[in-house]
Order: sequence, then C-alpha cells, then structure tokens
Amino acid sequence: MAEEKTEAVEEKAAKKAAQAKKKERNPYVWPELPFKELMSAILVMALLIVWALWLDAPLGEIATPSRTENPAKAPWYFIGLQEILVYFDPWYSGVVMPSIIMVGLMAIPYLDTNPKGVGEYNFKSRKFIMINFLIGYFMWMFAIVVGQFMRGPSWLFFWPWEPWDDSGHHAEVVLKNIDNNISLIALGIYFALGFILPKLFKMKWAKNLDFMRYSIVVTLLLLMYMVPVKVVLRQIFHVRYLITTPWFNI
Amino acid sequence: MSEKKSFTEKIMATQIWKSIFRHDFKDTPANRGKMIRSNVFLHLHPLRIPKHAMKIRFTWCMGGITFFLFLVECITGILLMFYYHPVVEYAYMDMKYLQFDVPFGQILRNIHRWGAHLMVMTVMLHMLRVFLTGSYKPPREFNWVIGVLLLTLTLLMSFTGYLLPWDQLAYWAITVGTNMGAATPFIGVEGPFSLVDKFSDVRFVLLGGTTVGANALLRFYVAHVIAIPAVVFVGCAIHFWRIRKDGGISRPL
Ligand code: HEM
Repeated sequence: MAEEKTEAVEEKAAKKAAQAKKKERNPYVWPELPFKELMSAILVMALLIVWALWLDAPLGEIATPSRTENPAKAPWYFIGLQEILVYFDPWYSGVVMPSIIMVGLMAIPYLDTNPKGVGEYNFKSRKFIMINFLIGYFMWMFAIVVGQFMRGPSWLFFWPWEPWDDSGHHAEVVLKNIDNNISLIALGIYFALGFILPKLFKMKWAKNLDFMRYSIVVTLLLLMYMVPVKVVLRQIFHVRYLITTPWFNI
Repeated sequence: MSEKKSFTEKIMATQIWKSIFRHDFKDTPANRGKMIRSNVFLHLHPLRIPKHAMKIRFTWCMGGITFFLFLVECITGILLMFYYHPVVEYAYMDMKYLQFDVPFGQILRNIHRWGAHLMVMTVMLHMLRVFLTGSYKPPREFNWVIGVLLLTLTLLMSFTGYLLPWDQLAYWAITVGTNMGAATPFIGVEGPFSLVDKFSDVRFVLLGGTTVGANALLRFYVAHVIAIPAVVFVGCAIHFWRIRKDGGISRPL
C-alpha cells in the first residue's frame, strides 16, 4: 500500500517536472535572429558585388540562327541533363527522367516512414535514405561538373587543362546494341533482385515499409541506379541501346 | 523636475513619430516581443523560437538567403527592364548599351546574372539542409512538396532569363533545351508515340514557333519578368506561412 502511494507520488512529480520543462519558454527571436539574417544578407550582397566587379556576365556574338554553336551548352544547372543525353535518348533524359526526379523528390516525405531524426543532423538512425539521397545528389553534381568543364566540341571529352582540338585522341568507337531478348532478361533479373534481396536479407528499411511504399521506393532507386549502370555499359562495353523498338530506344 | 529633452527625445515625442513607431526601444522582454509584432516584415517570425533554430549551424540560413537573392533579382531585374526591349532588333544592342553607355549598367547586369546563379546554388543547398535535418517528415510533408515546386520554378526562372541577351550562347542553349520539348512522349513531334505535328507540340507552345525566334523571345520575356516570379512570390508566401502552421521550424522530438 505505502509503496504504491510513493510510486504514485513520484509519478506525479515526474509528470510535473516534464510539464514544467515543456513550459520553459523558448527565447525571443529579437534581436538574435533578425541580426543574423541582416548579417547574412550583408555578407551575400558583399560577395555578389565583389563577384560582379571581378567577372562580367558572359555575352557572345549576336544570335545567328544560321551559325550553330559547337558545343551548344545548356546553362550549368541543366547541363547534368545534357550530359545524360550521351547515355539516353532525349525523350528519356530530357523529359521523362527529370519528371521522375521531380515527382520522386516530392514523394520522399510520403515514402520515408522512419520517424527518427527530425530537426537534427542524425545520420545513424536514417542510414539507408541518407546514403541513397546523397548518392543521387552527388551524381547530379558530378554530371554538372563533367558537362560544364570536361566537354568540348561535339560533346567530346576533354580534361579541363586540355585544349579543345580534336587531334585524334578521340578514337571513333563503334557502338553496338544489345539483343532485345538478352537485355530483357538482364533487366528482369536486375529488377527482380532489387525487389527480392532487401526482403531476403531482412534489411531494416525494407521491413518497415508496406508493400505499396516498398514497391515505389525500390522502383525509383532501381531507375536511379540505371543511370550509372548505363554509363558503365556505354563507356566500357560500348553499348548504345539495351532495347530497340520502332517507337523508342533505351 | 524639468529635465531638458534631447533632440531625439523631442522627435520621438512627436505625433508623426508615434504614429509610425508604436513603442520605445528599451531592451525589455515586452519590447522584444513588440519589435517583432509591430513590424509587418519581421512578423514573418514567431515571437519566440527554440534556441537551436536560430543557429546558423542548423539552417545555414539557406532558405533566408535564397529569399534574399530572389528580392535582389527582383530589384536588379526591374532596373534592367528600364533598358531592355524584348524584340530581336534591340535585345542584343541593349546588352551592349548596358555595357558601354548606361551608368553602372554592366555591374547591374553582372549582379543580376551572378545573383541568379547564386540563387540556384543556395536553393539546392537549402534542399540538402532540409533533407539532412529530416525536416520534411510529418507534419511538414507538404511544405517539402511546395519546396520542390519552388526549386523547379527557380530553375525555370533562370532558364527563361538566359535567352534574353539574344547572343549565340543564349540562342543555342535555348534551342538545345526546347528541342527536348519536341522529344516529349505523345505530345512532342519527335517523341515516342507522337500524336501531334510540329505546329501543335510542346516545343511550339514554348517557343510560339518551331524554332527560337521573335515569338520565343517575347514568351520567355513575359515568363521571366512576370509570370514565373509572380508564382514564386505566392509560393514563398505559402511556404513561409506553412512553416509556422506546421508547428514552426523542425526540432528534435
Ligand atoms: C525559392 C526557394 C525557397 C525559398 C525562398 C525557401 C525559403 C525557406 C525559408 C526562409 C525557410 C526557413 C528556414 C530556413 O531558412 O532554412 C524554409 C524552410 C523550409 N523549406 Fe524552403 N525555401 C525554398 C525552397 C525549398 C525547397 C527546394 C525545399 C525542399 C525541396 C524546401 C523545403 C523547406 C522545408 C521542409 C522547410 C521547413 C524546415 C524546417 O522546419 O526545419 N524549401 N524555406
């Protein structure tokens, strides 16, 4: 009896303490936050003015529709897509893939059901999504850097320190297509393994997703990793298309 | 006791001053609240927020810097509009005019151009920060969605601006970019399963023609100076409002 009573009292005290802690009010934003914002704004403006004094915005010759530019580069933030154009046809690299990326990004909060790591930099409890997101982010940056600094006329590869003259070191490689049947089997295996392995190895992230979310996550990731796969196939095995049809090629 | 009032004190006692500024500036807790509450812009902030949320280490101030750069682009953009004609005959000449004749014209153009690049970089970094702090998790899912839309619009704003100088770089970059439109499945003339001809496909809608020309310049101009920025502005309003409605900036549970 007595014990129970002390327990109840203790519980009450603990509750009260928790409530008091909750009530402990947050600090005022004035003056700290507006001051930091003002400082950031001043710093950014200073940086921008120095940059603008130092470098002039580019201006080429007047537009002449009859004279093509070579290379015709997209602005840097789209150059990643242009770089992917080496590996996939325009309907995919320029339209379908960017659409999937945007929709995929928007879907992240609805696919990631792990409640941990809100409002803090917490890698440990979110390993799976952290690694995959960062790989995707890095691939984006990587494609931009290659496209911006390592592509010359006819989108040939040049190191940044190489002059843009094509004196023969770009040996003409003959690209070949893979037989549709072989590709379909390979793709089938790729997707099947992608779906089965995480479940087989009882990976934590896979266990925590319902079927619908699991399918979407796996599909999106397999599509994402198709890009480096195709890069390897193209650069090392000189493959142009995996699948050829009268309507489209992949 | 009649003390002599200083000049400032006299000014601050006038009806005009008091009609504009509703409180004095002594550093009291009450005034810290009022500083925020009595100013429409500062009032985007809550009066109090958790300590960690004010740390540059936490937000990198990236969202704020992105918005600041958007404002810089609006101001420098409006100034540029005084000198720029969105027609093929003048567009390129206006760039030269800015460079050689307009006082501070070149630096104005430089700030607008580099500011746009910087804004694209900061919005990418802001997205990375929001991801790393898990700030898209419930109840902030939809604000992340709005964020992705803002990212897309920021890219489009930059892209439409790229054509306006009407030089070779711009012309061919936009040609490459909009040719992608022609490759859209179903509704692009060169895309798989095309259902349209070249006078009714995506590229035609973007360019007002089949190639980059006077109509494209006008379309990109209108999109660049009013249509997209207006949507971004409204998008930012929703984004900021939702940060507060979703329980303020994210914090550890
Ligand atoms: C024009 C572009 C954008 C502007 C001006 C903007 C502005 C801001 C600002 C000022 C904040 C307050 C906290 C901070 O500074 O970090 C914020 C928070 C947030 N932003 Fe953005 N943002 C933009 C784009 C994005 C993008 C691309 C995403 C994600 C894809 C995003 C998702 C979020 C989320 C989820 C929050 C809440 C963060 C938290 O509670 O910790 N925003 N944004």
